[in-house]
Amino acid sequence: METELRTGVFICHCGINISGVLDIEDLCEYARTLPGVVTVQANLFTCAETGTSEIKAAVKEHDLNRVVVAACTPRTHEPIFRASCQEAGINPYFFEMVNIREHCSWVHRHDKEGAQAKARDLIRMGVAKALFLEPLETFRSKVEPKALVIGAGIAGMTSALAIANQGFEVILLEKEVEMGGLLRHLHKVAPSDMTAAELIGEKIAAIEKDKRIQCFTSAALEEVTGYVGNYAVRFSCGDESYSDKVGVIIVATGGASLKPVDLYNYDGEHVITQSELEIKLKDGNIGAKSIVMVQCVGARIPERNYCSRICCMVGIKNSLHIKEIVKDAKIFVLFRDIQAYGVENEALFFKAKEAGVRFIRYSLESPPVVEDGKVKIYHAGMGKEISLPADLVVLSTPIVAHDDAESISRILKVPIDEHKFFLEAHAKLSPLDFATSGIYLCGNAHYPATVREATYQALGAASRASIVLSHDTVERVGTVAAVKEELCSSCFACVKVCPYQVPHMNERGKAEIEPMQCQGCGICVAECPAEAIKFAYVSDEQITAACEALYAA
Amino acid sequence: MNKEVLVIGGGIAGIQACLDLADQGMTVYLVERLPSIGGKMAQLDKTFPTNDCSICIMGPKLFEVERHPNTQLLTYTEVEEVSGEAGNFTVKVRKKPRYVEEDKCTACGLCADKCPVAVPDQFNMGMSTRKAIYKYFPQGIPSVYTIDDSACRIFKGKKCNICAKICEAKAVNYEQKETVFELNVGAIIVATGFEVFDPSDIKPYGYRTIPDVITAMEFERLLNASGPTGGHLERPSSLKIKAEIRQLEKQIKKAKTRLKSLEKKSEESGDETRKALEEMNERLPVLQAKGASLEELRDIAFVQCVGSRDLRYNAHCCSYGCMHSVKEAVVATEHGSELQSTIFLTDMRAYGKGFHQYCLRGASEYGIQFVRGRVAEIGVGDDGRPAVWCEDMDTRKVEERPFDLVVLATACVPSKGIENLSSMIGFDLDENGFVKTDPNKPANTSVKGIFVCGCAEGPMDIPSSVSMASAAASMAVQTVKAL
Repeated sequence: METELRTGVFICHCGINISGVLDIEDLCEYARTLPGVVTVQANLFTCAETGTSEIKAAVKEHDLNRVVVAACTPRTHEPIFRASCQEAGINPYFFEMVNIREHCSWVHRHDKEGAQAKARDLIRMGVAKALFLEPLETFRSKVEPKALVIGAGIAGMTSALAIANQGFEVILLEKEVEMGGLLRHLHKVAPSDMTAAELIGEKIAAIEKDKRIQCFTSAALEEVTGYVGNYAVRFSCGDESYSDKVGVIIVATGGASLKPVDLYNYDGEHVITQSELEIKLKDGNIGAKSIVMVQCVGARIPERNYCSRICCMVGIKNSLHIKEIVKDAKIFVLFRDIQAYGVENEALFFKAKEAGVRFIRYSLESPPVVEDGKVKIYHAGMGKEISLPADLVVLSTPIVAHDDAESISRILKVPIDEHKFFLEAHAKLSPLDFATSGIYLCGNAHYPATVREATYQALGAASRASIVLSHDTVERVGTVAAVKEELCSSCFACVKVCPYQVPHMNERGKAEIEPMQCQGCGICVAECPAEAIKFAYVSDEQITAACEALYAA
Repeated sequence: MNKEVLVIGGGIAGIQACLDLADQGMTVYLVERLPSIGGKMAQLDKTFPTNDCSICIMGPKLFEVERHPNTQLLTYTEVEEVSGEAGNFTVKVRKKPRYVEEDKCTACGLCADKCPVAVPDQFNMGMSTRKAIYKYFPQGIPSVYTIDDSACRIFKGKKCNICAKICEAKAVNYEQKETVFELNVGAIIVATGFEVFDPSDIKPYGYRTIPDVITAMEFERLLNASGPTGGHLERPSSLKIKAEIRQLEKQIKKAKTRLKSLEKKSEESGDETRKALEEMNERLPVLQAKGASLEELRDIAFVQCVGSRDLRYNAHCCSYGCMHSVKEAVVATEHGSELQSTIFLTDMRAYGKGFHQYCLRGASEYGIQFVRGRVAEIGVGDDGRPAVWCEDMDTRKVEERPFDLVVLATACVPSKGIENLSSMIGFDLDENGFVKTDPNKPANTSVKGIFVCGCAEGPMDIPSSVSMASAAASMAVQTVKAL
């Protein structure tokens, strides 16, 4: 039985984010003329409680069965409006969102007329598409109450222990022969002054004692398939190969310290890195009295234009440790900006200055010159070049991504950024999540971090992961691809093209897509030559209707 | 043993901790002393380094806290007493009366529209007014109005009850009393945030004496669409002149009416009124011309480390101030592309992911000038504009430079209530007054079962607060599960 389609359109001012550029009244008038539209309302903030209440009230009052919101991005706000639809008693997928903020008022703010015309087009298209929306259901699947943690540095070990303490099993993979990560090579950690060996020793002992954690060293991740709550993982450990099922995955693969090849006459003897200095500090033998540290070696330069966050504090910490061993050591730290952010770091910086460590600023345009036994530097305060005696030059190099970051990112199908650090779902509010649900990140794999920061990120990632693990099932939305078997020509195009390896041939020789596994990317839909794959929520009818509406005007 | 958790503070840290716990099936109480959750992040216009609109990304989280079946939101509520130990804390809380029934109010706003009392709006940093019955901010959760009993006429013994009469939902209740009740929880997360340092302590900077010297937080509101200027970038002195013009226009209108009635009566001479009117009519164009000259904003100075890295005030670094100013300069330039921003800095601390690139873009695409040097003094220049005195460390020249507007990047200081809370619960504070933690167990306070996250622990940016909030949630779950 065909029911009459009754669409309500809600247009958001978004404060002045939208109404500062677009004429909302005009858009309302315009929307009222569109087919199927029975009511149009403008809201100051459609997403605020008042706005959503208005949606719910309008659904009841006008007996709406389609809702179109013209506002901001569905990325952040679609769930709110879908929930409002559901609460009002209509299927949450009878909802269409039109983005007139990012797509109109923000990008075209210098062309108000053009923005207005585009907003009208988008609303018309949204309304046309809404007429072809179909109700969708959600699926539930079982959660494997086990986590895979990749990397057993301080971040990975902390995450593994936290998840185990929350009552779940953990597989911990470490590619090196032993656990500990970067800290294995360090002397002491700031600001606790605990030796790195003691710190990782405690964690390793706790992990070895914990029956819920299975740790594999010299291990390599080989394959990951599946979806949140139900990932099938394959990895090797030595010559053995292992397969298991886990509900969640934490990426704690860490980072490496950049080797300053061809920089500042680096020779590993008189010109060394901070990591190499740490070994000397461990041995308690510096073998030098005049020490010059150079910060930002290979960092904050055009080819590596990021600040590695921790190197300033490593330099400051190590200069204090040198002073402990060689009381009359003369130490100069040549820096561009001292990154002693927060309370503890600034206090340690101050302590170093009090201990007689001298800090001289340089600019990218006039970097220090390392020569035999001395370092030349332009001193801006004195307005001239000075020469500093140096028995030992220590280069502070940035943390860089591991060589295998790319391959791990491919195996997990999660993104990395231009510097090959793993890319979180949202820079501000989802720093520990990937956009793919069920996979999380922490520590240097995300971006350089101090021990304190890596630790709380690791605990945080454990918390995020435990959200999935603490439920028996996980819900997946119905926006997935489905095969119309009668149209399938068994060409295998979808099988080949799917980045998640979801489509397979069933016993009848036809393609089949498991809705739980489908990530909803739509590639197979576009690829299928027989047009046998339908994508719920972005069906051909819906797109065609939207396009026809676009060109009908 | 109790599996419920209390989170104190409804800023972004408290909200994230609350949601992580609730999503893991724990029952969570979120206590917030203000009428709405949201904290400082809700007051920000945009966020670095993505320029995301702050309330737009935060709004869905506020919503989620209220809608989640496992959370109980206690706004306008303060913690009064805590006793017990990990696994079994008894917490006495006091919920202040809103004089508006939360379950009845539909937040239609009719009451505030008609309320005759206007007072400075705290959410807009006092730069605009709100009514005695008000909503803390438009997207505030819970979405209900509150009567400020220090401003409302009823509570001053005067006749009014306009709001009660106009409210269709019958939600206004002047008789509402505060309620005191006890919660029983297994763990507590302290997420009480921070305060913005008051720079009027630094006399040479002229804050509150020179009109166009403002704080970075005040500037956020001036940039914001729901701020005092509706997002139109203006300096405070221009706003002040506009208010004066409005006032004068009102007076002129009054005088004209009076003159007319006097002329009708023709009993007494209207000379005095006529004279006053003439005087006002002369004054008006002068004010209008002055107002017009202040309308356009050409240059802004951003002064870094105000009350930070300064042993007279706070030794510590606020850790977000550099990026905060770069972001404000970028956003300001988006409001007016002819605008020139200059940042006076000590060190450029752009140490987070994407921060350094953001600064480079600020310089190349938005023309931001970076001057290395600490500002010694802000005075009034010959042209009446604020003038920044600073030695440029690169050129070694001391210069006085006038600007239309000076924005102070103020220090991040401990919240006022933290001392009280620390003595109530017994956890230690560090020498700067932030909650002391173990560097290797960063969410743990000195008391078992009490955890901390966000700026209550020390200055940090939003992603760090969010990460640490999740960490505190994990520790709280581990604690109650181990019991």
